[in-house]
Amino acid sequence: MHELSISSAIVDTAVKHADGRRVTLVSLTVGALRQVVPESLEFYFEIVARGTLCEGARLRQTLVPARARCAGCGPWELEPLAVFRCPRCGEAAAEVVSGNELEVESIEVEEEACIAPR
Amino acid sequence: MHRTKVRVAKDALDANATIAAANRADFDRAHVRVVNLMSAPGAGKTTLLEAVLARGLDGVRAGVLEGDVQGSIDADRLSALHVPVTQLNTDPGFGGECHLDANMVRSALPAIDLGEIDLLVIENVGNLVCPAEFRVGEDARAMVASVAEGEDKPLKYPLMFRTCELVLVNKIDLLPHLDFDLDRFLYNLDSVHPGVEYALVSARTGEGVERFRDWLLRAANDRIAAPRAEPAASRTTEGAPA
Repeated sequence: MHELSISSAIVDTAVKHADGRRVTLVSLTVGALRQVVPESLEFYFEIVARGTLCEGARLRQTLVPARARCAGCGPWELEPLAVFRCPRCGEAAAEVVSGNELEVESIEVEEEACIAPR
Repeated sequence: MHRTKVRVAKDALDANATIAAANRADFDRAHVRVVNLMSAPGAGKTTLLEAVLARGLDGVRAGVLEGDVQGSIDADRLSALHVPVTQLNTDPGFGGECHLDANMVRSALPAIDLGEIDLLVIENVGNLVCPAEFRVGEDARAMVASVAEGEDKPLKYPLMFRTCELVLVNKIDLLPHLDFDLDRFLYNLDSVHPGVEYALVSARTGEGVERFRDWLLRAANDRIAAPRAEPAASRTTEGAPA
């Protein structure tokens, strides 16, 4: 259910970078550790975008698998369960390699400030 | 008319992180240490706070910022203990949000006299998902997990269990009446957050509450090794030897 507030944050970020232009696409990377439900995010994004420069924009989500790394044994997958101890030696993860991302990578905007046909 | 791609490369919660840093700077200037206390609804945050504040904190002056969707039931309970309590409701004004964010806490700052406290405990809205995403300017995070919730919760809400420096396992007085497997819970907790500090407590009987009190005193005296970095969004190096 944090998808609602995350959607608002995404729309705010996109609008800020749109510089008054209409946004047609928002590209987002989402790490698996953020527990975001893609369908839910899409649903809220559409609603939150209404009345903003993002209205009608498409949300493209690139999902990043979660991986951790053991200093001695190397990387492992944090799915389906987020277990942060090495499955081989039991040491705590030295590093979370990926999965924490929640980033607005880019947006696509319409260059002219004209009313687009809908 | 044509379409242009604009590179953004911004954490979606960047705006929250910026305000959280501003809050933290204000707290630092006032020499106030801040703890963000989180849990599922009904895990016992308020009752534990009552138990700890009733014992006193060795001269450390505590205040509470009470986050709720509605009403001031918890704030009313805590003000009976003669500590300054500020109520922060997410409804109306913040759309009835299920968590506190940095901006909401910022909006409450004018109502808090930072000069009269050394430690501010922010009791977040009961929820195991959203509050974990939003730093509010705290120095350290603590969470309450009650044994009535089941031993699988760390595996189901890893974001929350990983983000806290202290896990209070509450309602242990109920253990004889439940099927809760404490060893399994602690194993799951350690799997999700290796080596995290935890304490077995019962707000009802007072057992273990001293551990929470000691931790708060350490937090107040700046001795909790919480990462200074903002949210969990960036890559983090973990489990490195101290």
